[in-house]
Amino acid sequence: METMLKVDDINVYYGAIHAIKGISLEVNKGEIVTLIGANGAGKSTTLRTISGLLKPKTGTITFEDEVISGTAAHKIVEVGVSQVPEGRRVFSNMTVMENLEMGAYIRNDKSQIKLDLDKVFHHFPRLAERKKQEAGTLSGGEQQMLAMGRALMSAPRLLLLDEPSMGLAPLLIKEIFEIIKDINKEGTTVLLVEQNANMALSIANRAYVLETGQISLSGDAKELAASEEVRKAYLGG
Amino acid sequence: MNSLRKLDAKAIIISLIGFAILQGLLTADILDNFWELNMILICINIILAVSLNLINGYTGQLSLGHAGFMAVGAYTGAVLTVNFHTPFLISIIISFVTAAILGAMIGLPTIRLSGDYLAIATLGLGEIIRIVIMNVNYVGGAAGFMGIPKYTTFAWAFFVMLFVVFFIKNYVNSSFGRACIAIRENEIAAETMGVNTTKYKVLAFMVGAGFAGVAGCLFGHTFYIVHPSSFTFLASFNYVIMIVMGGLGSITGSIAGAFILTTVSALLSAWPELRMIIYAVILILLMFYRPQGLFGNIELTSLPIFKRFKGGK
Repeated sequence: METMLKVDDINVYYGAIHAIKGISLEVNKGEIVTLIGANGAGKSTTLRTISGLLKPKTGTITFEDEVISGTAAHKIVEVGVSQVPEGRRVFSNMTVMENLEMGAYIRNDKSQIKLDLDKVFHHFPRLAERKKQEAGTLSGGEQQMLAMGRALMSAPRLLLLDEPSMGLAPLLIKEIFEIIKDINKEGTTVLLVEQNANMALSIANRAYVLETGQISLSGDAKELAASEEVRKAYLGG
Repeated sequence: MNSLRKLDAKAIIISLIGFAILQGLLTADILDNFWELNMILICINIILAVSLNLINGYTGQLSLGHAGFMAVGAYTGAVLTVNFHTPFLISIIISFVTAAILGAMIGLPTIRLSGDYLAIATLGLGEIIRIVIMNVNYVGGAAGFMGIPKYTTFAWAFFVMLFVVFFIKNYVNSSFGRACIAIRENEIAAETMGVNTTKYKVLAFMVGAGFAGVAGCLFGHTFYIVHPSSFTFLASFNYVIMIVMGGLGSITGSIAGAFILTTVSALLSAWPELRMIIYAVILILLMFYRPQGLFGNIELTSLPIFKRFKGGK
């Protein structure tokens, strides 16, 4: 399989705190890869480093043979990597439609944008119903959908999802994960960061387990879900 | 798009009619010199409020140094007109450029700050500008710069104001403006959408500061003199009050805020002590009953009454 994203031995610091200690990982084209781990393991930090919001002190990140570590976040979107940030971060005083338009900020191809908009509404019919509503008035689940839809509007080849299940009811989480699967089937590669290891492993092809800034385990998602170590640590026995 | 143009045309026609009426009243001496001066001041304050709104209201960067940029424009214009005899329009344009350059110079290092920190930094920088001016003898130092010809008529102030209002309106409605609003709403999300947040923040700072400079230039040519005491941080606060009162993120609001507060202080000019109390009471009441400001983030032109107005068919 073709490697799409290659993270090579990155070290990330918050001031003096060494948050990521030499992480390497790969995402192949067409996959869903998940990063799981406890609070503070460095999952979100890894994702934020890939999307350019943080800079690694050492190590490189390569996307489709182009080195993107050190590139500004707004340029990385143009390369084809789009992030759904943790906690949704929708533009609350803009309408749903305006949020989605912001997602296509870097694009000029009007007809293609229209097609992608239809695609987003196909995945998230509820957004279509609420087009003119202000994003701040949406429920948590709808905001998550909007954040995902907005990220899809930049037509990314790699979608980075940061804790899409956060604060959502179990039924809604299921719905969101089904949609992630659909999006992936339509050709978008997904890198998923999750605390909800059970859900994440159920839809992922491969997984990396993070522990205090290092990768402790990695491999096939189904195998990891079955492994004793992971079951004990993250899946509640 | 077309309906937007129509709205623009309507707004311009209404403004021109308003101008004609006011100018007529001035020429017929129904409005005396005192009111002419205040009408000029209203126009100048509208320029300041609308340009500050671009920085504070639309881009969400709390700046408390607007009077500093105004001072730069006022002194630039005064020096050009008096010492170099440049035509008024050229003075205005160069005032814009110098204030904008200074805005960018100050914007670049401080733009990493946000919220309270940015407010304090801009407050300090505004004061620094004033104190530097106070100590430069070439521009009159603490005594102020005197002998500026009175070029600013109501017509000048009005048409420059009209230009600035439309410029900012179009800026805000462009993709630039969308980027600014996205930054205000959520900077990280804006960054992950591909918005170059630094660029748009500095640009908003530049444009806002530049127009403050224009207002300063008009101001200097109104009163024959520019004096450092006109540009203290209290003046900066005054403009912040105007835009908060009108509604952050509404150009109509900024215009209303500038108009109301300037008129109130003109009407109460005989009782300066009372003025500040009434000011304060108005603000407290407003924040109680309408914390989003008079207009919130709504524009007059988007209200149905305006669309119906003047033969909407």
